[in-house]
Amino acid sequence: MTAAREYARGEAKVIPIESAPSWHGDRSPDAAERFADRVAEAVGGALAGKLGPAATRAFGKDWEDRAANGLAFLRRRITGDYEVDEFGFDRELTEEVFLSLLRPLAEKYFRVEVRGIENIPTEGGVLIVANHSGTIPLDALMTQVAIHDHHPARRHLRMLAADLVFVLPVVNELARKAGHTLACNEDAQALLERGEVVGVWPEGFKGIGKPFAERYKLQRFGRGGFVASALRARVPIVPCSIVGAEETYPMIGNAKTLARLLGLPYVPITPTFPWLGPLGAVPLPTKWTIQFGEPIATDSHPPEAADDPMLVFNLTDQVRETIQHTLYKLLVQRRSVFF
Amino acid sequence: MGKVVLVTGVARHLGARFAAEVSRSPDVDLVVGVDVREPYRELPSGCRFVQVDLRRPAIARVIAEHEVDTVVHLTVSATGPGGRAAVKETNVIGTMQLLGACQKAPGLRRLVVKSTTGVYGSAPRDPAVFGERMQPKDLPRGGFAKDAAEVEGYVRGFARRRPDVAVTVLRFANIVGPAGDTPLTEYFSLPVLPTALGHDPRLQFIHEDDAIEVLGLAAGEPRPGTTNTGTFNVAGEGVLLLSQCARRLGRPTVPLLLPALGLVAGVVRQARVADFSPEQIRLLTHGRVVDITQLRETFGYVPKFTTPEAFADFAAAQSAGLLPPERLTAVTDRLAGLLHTEPPAGFNAGPTNAPRS
Repeated sequence: MTAAREYARGEAKVIPIESAPSWHGDRSPDAAERFADRVAEAVGGALAGKLGPAATRAFGKDWEDRAANGLAFLRRRITGDYEVDEFGFDRELTEEVFLSLLRPLAEKYFRVEVRGIENIPTEGGVLIVANHSGTIPLDALMTQVAIHDHHPARRHLRMLAADLVFVLPVVNELARKAGHTLACNEDAQALLERGEVVGVWPEGFKGIGKPFAERYKLQRFGRGGFVASALRARVPIVPCSIVGAEETYPMIGNAKTLARLLGLPYVPITPTFPWLGPLGAVPLPTKWTIQFGEPIATDSHPPEAADDPMLVFNLTDQVRETIQHTLYKLLVQRRSVFF
Repeated sequence: MGKVVLVTGVARHLGARFAAEVSRSPDVDLVVGVDVREPYRELPSGCRFVQVDLRRPAIARVIAEHEVDTVVHLTVSATGPGGRAAVKETNVIGTMQLLGACQKAPGLRRLVVKSTTGVYGSAPRDPAVFGERMQPKDLPRGGFAKDAAEVEGYVRGFARRRPDVAVTVLRFANIVGPAGDTPLTEYFSLPVLPTALGHDPRLQFIHEDDAIEVLGLAAGEPRPGTTNTGTFNVAGEGVLLLSQCARRLGRPTVPLLLPALGLVAGVVRQARVADFSPEQIRLLTHGRVVDITQLRETFGYVPKFTTPEAFADFAAAQSAGLLPPERLTAVTDRLAGLLHTEPPAGFNAGPTNAPRS
């Protein structure tokens, strides 16, 4: 029995296909459509014949459903029939493509262990503040996967990224579509007020580009702008400690002249990069732990408190100390860098 | 004494439509339309057309003669007769002359100026969503956006000198409609859209009908509970990416490196196919989105068309592109149909809901 027949007999299900969005007048069938007909007939014939059972064996029982979903996805993409928010966040593309690509890296390669996910509320704005390391922001991407996959509400992390990200071609396009925006007070506040999970790595380039010798030593936390944004939006701050990212690319040197030529903040030299060429760009398979700490409430302060520098500095220090202590605790518990 | 409304820029599509619309209002006695050219279509009976070059002081006489109490300034535009220098002169010098005339008009009560969200520029280092009070990091360095920024500066000066006049500045996103003739709609009518490689800008549109409506509300008395003076962003809700626009139009895109895009734009401009200015390249590289909370809450107007709806209305009036969405969906629908139906003998593929006519 062919796969197609099996389907027709048992759980016959018609996927709803609304008529194509009609932005143009009707057209008579022409060469392209005749070609489409021929392709469709050929594929249909093959599936009805020998290929059907073969496909069922190769891709599993529900391959037809998955293929139908894939086609529906493709249909929406090629006709532009999907939504992006004001920041350019393309939820569908992020869920179907970006996260699917990053998930194996998080689950199989770095074997990320997520703790304290319950500290992130199910709804409403929250600011996640984390330590930054590893020369390229893999830690930020893994946190995004961790929050989406482990949080019961499958929330999306909206990161605040350095302006370099939005200057680089391709990178800026991907970052916007994945839901990230420029690290500035206006955007941070707008996202928090919309009730999003916003992630910030306040160490910035100082943290991510620090030498291996200074691993797990938190750098200065900017000017505390993130605390002011959280105070204004009156959302809790969740400190987040990431262990394992420091050792993915142990940075033993910095090609400063090259960095200045390229307009980059640093060009890392690791034991493998650039000596092994592209192979040297493969991160070391370290074992990661991402720990979300107890939320620090800000709604006990009035919104004007954001303009009180003493309070902002104190809160910044509190967040920084919490992350640093958690890092030390996690490091003591860790058996080895790779397991 | 009823209302006398002076509308500048009536030779253009938007100006002509607005003049016709406002002349139908029962509170308005007379609409005086001015422009340097003859309107391309006859103005309705309630309108009087006066041919005036705004760059000359003659406008003062027109205002005094008709005892104008409301001025709606729509001439500030990216394109116009003559080259870029003439356009700039009309935008900036024209506005200065008009404001000078307004200052000497004791009966004037209200001034509405059409500006653009272009005054925020398009740059990667700016916030993703602009509010009215934000100062962009990279001010527009030239072109229409700089004209508009200068015009707004003069209007602010005028508002200080004549506090008795209610002044409204409306920053419109790109206006689209079935009969659009703006530089961006010219770009979208190219058969193949050149885009910046590695950039997918966020764009926002406002439908022409909404633009007319907002101008009308700004030119009249404020409704209870709303304020129609000040500066407002006017855009449809939502955002479209350039790639989405191209797909919805069915036009293929050609991603080019930025310098190459500049060259192509130069050729397109020289060939007078479309007005493809450097500021438009910046818009099509970095995009621009504005916050319309003020329009909704203070001004009290929610655009009837969202950005995607406004664009769909524009796209419906365009000729079909090389890759119409229907034909692409016909292929996927056909394949999807095959998965769930038993192919009859002879392999005539299963039923699909694809439009076939």
